[in-house]
Amino acid sequence: MNRNYIAVAFLLITILIAGLFALLQNYTFQVFDPKGLVATEERGLIIHAVLLMLIIVIPVFILAFTIAWRYREGNTKAVYTPDWENSPMEELVWWAVPLEIILVLGALTWSSTHQLDPYKPLNIPGTPLVVEVVALDWKWLFIYPSLGIASVNQVDFPVNQPVTFEITADAPMNSFWIPQLGGQIYAMTGMVTELHLAANETGTYQGSSANYSGVGFADMQFNANALSETDFNAWVAQVKQSGQTLSTSTYMQLAHPATSSPQVYANVPDTLYNSIVNKFMRQESVDDMDH
Amino acid sequence: MFGLLTVNAFIHGPIETFGQLMVVFGALAVVGSITYFKRWRWLFTEWLTSLDHKKIGIMYIILSILMLARGFSDALLLRGQQAIAVGPGTGYLAPDHFAQIFTAHGVIMILFVAMPFMFGILNLLVPLQIGARDVAYPFLNNMSFWLTAAGGMLINLSLVIGQFAATGWLAYPPLSELQYSPGVGVDYYIWAIQIAGIGTLLSGINFLVTIIKMRAPGMTLMRMPIFIWTALNSMALVVFAFPILTATLAMLSLDRYMGMHFFTTNLGGNAMLYVNLIWAWGHPEVYILALPAFGIFSEIVPVFAQKRLFGYTSMVVATIAIAFFSFMVWVHHFFTMGAGADVNAFFGIMTMVIAIPTGVKIFNWLFTMFRGRIIFTTPMLWFMGFLVTFTIGGMAGVLMAIPGADFELHNSLFLVAHFHTMIIGGVLFNFFAALTYWFPKVFGFTLNERLGKWAFWLWIIGYSLAFIPLYVLGIMGATRRLDYVDASSGWHILFVVAAVGACVVAAALLCQALQLIVSIKQRNHHCVGNDPWNGRTLEWATHSPPPVYNFAVIPYVHGRDAFWMQKEAVAKGHVPTEPKYEDIEMPKNTYAGLFIAGFAFAFGFAFVWHIWWLAIVGLVGVVLTIIIRSFNENTEYTITAAEVAATERSYKTV
Repeated sequence: MNRNYIAVAFLLITILIAGLFALLQNYTFQVFDPKGLVATEERGLIIHAVLLMLIIVIPVFILAFTIAWRYREGNTKAVYTPDWENSPMEELVWWAVPLEIILVLGALTWSSTHQLDPYKPLNIPGTPLVVEVVALDWKWLFIYPSLGIASVNQVDFPVNQPVTFEITADAPMNSFWIPQLGGQIYAMTGMVTELHLAANETGTYQGSSANYSGVGFADMQFNANALSETDFNAWVAQVKQSGQTLSTSTYMQLAHPATSSPQVYANVPDTLYNSIVNKFMRQESVDDMDH
Repeated sequence: MFGLLTVNAFIHGPIETFGQLMVVFGALAVVGSITYFKRWRWLFTEWLTSLDHKKIGIMYIILSILMLARGFSDALLLRGQQAIAVGPGTGYLAPDHFAQIFTAHGVIMILFVAMPFMFGILNLLVPLQIGARDVAYPFLNNMSFWLTAAGGMLINLSLVIGQFAATGWLAYPPLSELQYSPGVGVDYYIWAIQIAGIGTLLSGINFLVTIIKMRAPGMTLMRMPIFIWTALNSMALVVFAFPILTATLAMLSLDRYMGMHFFTTNLGGNAMLYVNLIWAWGHPEVYILALPAFGIFSEIVPVFAQKRLFGYTSMVVATIAIAFFSFMVWVHHFFTMGAGADVNAFFGIMTMVIAIPTGVKIFNWLFTMFRGRIIFTTPMLWFMGFLVTFTIGGMAGVLMAIPGADFELHNSLFLVAHFHTMIIGGVLFNFFAALTYWFPKVFGFTLNERLGKWAFWLWIIGYSLAFIPLYVLGIMGATRRLDYVDASSGWHILFVVAAVGACVVAAALLCQALQLIVSIKQRNHHCVGNDPWNGRTLEWATHSPPPVYNFAVIPYVHGRDAFWMQKEAVAKGHVPTEPKYEDIEMPKNTYAGLFIAGFAFAFGFAFVWHIWWLAIVGLVGVVLTIIIRSFNENTEYTITAAEVAATERSYKTV
């Protein structure tokens, strides 16, 4: 291929990529733009791991293209040893180099996995606000047991304070994910998974389901609002005033397969969450489902 | 009489109707042209009933290419939808139809494109490389092919009658249970995979036995070509993994048909059990495809570097290590399901361990090229493409093997980009290289190099445009399987770029189709001898295309690169002895495989629609055909020594 063509192609590609990123600069690269403790650590982990791997990947690429170029058929000046087929020392190096990288990565994996265990409470001051999360067809229900209120497709919490999400489902398997605050965990019927998150900046962050759950899946989006203490208290007071009760029958309507706009509820019975988790232990749950 | 099947099953929305008509007219066109050219008898007697591994191999690859057309159309529909749909209800696909398409795309690409392609290459190559006349069980081989084809037909039939699963390609419960998926879609999914899966399992056993028992005299295990080693390990994985798939789907069907509670939400059912089981098959499945794909390059690189393969023993150890560890990593597909840190960390580290033998393979290929004389034919270009994409995909894979990182990347488009990189860059490119490399052996003429190189570059550009944006989208927080996105997310432009990439890939595929057509038209100009690439292994020792019996005289193997050693001996002045031909027993053609698969197809269709009398007919048909076939003792015919001599002479005069 002509050298000029390559230069032109290279230039064009650079311009295209630059243009693309210019177009994208107003949008959030959520995983790389953390607003919480957990997400910050996870981003750090991703970056460290990639850098570690590049220690071996970059030399491999350089080696590959150097060898491919140098030992091309046309280059008769290069050494040619058609019967050279092994060299214990060199093979030992092939095994040892990746082994060492993996040893380091493995150690990183062991410690980071324990540190970032989603069940582990966060090591920051403050009593955690408990939020019970129910994945429904196709909306998210958030219950605040200590406040007796609930919301749909919107979860508000105070900034700089630990939030404990206790997650279940009354629907197919979903995955609860707020990328800017931290990693995801599955929401499944009849059991409770946990996620401890905290935001270190006020703002509205995108939350979604990451695991396909049926035709309304794309609508399983919610806003996670990290508010200042006063704003949060004001929001709670406002919700309590709004007055709508989340009784069992209102819940049954809500659980009916359909998408939903954000809602808020006052007067949520204490027993609601446990009854949702436990309903699958009974035969009646089948009838509930058929309503 | 017809169970659940009513007229409604044929009535679809406009886009589905288009797909429906495509299938119907496609089938009619094939049937019509065969009738017009009066090729039915030829088709049945020469091909469909043949037990010749070379013909079965070609049929596998044709099946794979046909299913690729379907799977790739699905991909274009998905890319188109996501490029257009900004805001709810804005695309041309309804959410349910969108879900059916991404489910079908995954199932088809893995089980009905990649797997048949691999079995096609295995069929063509394994007996030739080990110096055998056929596989261990030629009839089983034919039957396996037809069972795979029957599964593929069942999937395509779901486009015409009823619907396909709308659950994702692994049909996680409880979504795939009756409670949430009451239609026949999941049943089509179950029976298509079950029928094809039995075919795959039988093929696995067949090739395992073939490699262990049928090698030419003198070919010890450590003299086998690396491709045979990878095939052996891959088939061992098939034998261990596919029964898990069969059992898992059987439990799902018991839930759906008999009201049982393996994976239901209530009465003690547990979906997590299914997720574990399906990945206990699903992860080895990746290596079932990848190992032979690696093996292909262990054959191609030495030939075009004109140098012995570097580090044979390391390659063997690495292959076995990959196969062994592939059964210890399945949890990395669901770190986010809430397992404890010890469990997640263990499976994460096991996953990374696989990167070590894989890295060793890459180094060995590079050092095969080192101090070689590399000829950059299309297969070598595919190797370079493989090296780059596979290494990048592998990096993404190791990254996601760290649970803490995976929490932020799992189920996002980053994951989608990762596994497409692995399957396209790490498997499909290898198969394309194999196709180009072994084509002259199978058909006697080479493929057009110019168009092959065009196809390669289009693939590289298209692949990059289609999947690099998905990596970025994953980082931006985009999850997979969204039938629309919000304008405020900014994701839209990247979906458009990905769609452009898909179109470039379409151009690459058209280029490959053109390559095939042009090559066939110009075949007389590209006729080559038995050994066009200066090959090293036994398949190049026989004629191109090989006679039905492969080798007139079974070769004796003195070392690795058996054919290379023969050539070296001749070059040193060693005069080969005049071959002494003997009578050769070969398997006769049979309709039994076709019948068994036909009855199995009817059985599957009947179960999908609850047509119980037809299910009984299908089952009885399968069993009866097997019994009748097993009483037939007249299954072989003899090619006399004189006929062999005549055939060999005819090759020489050409």
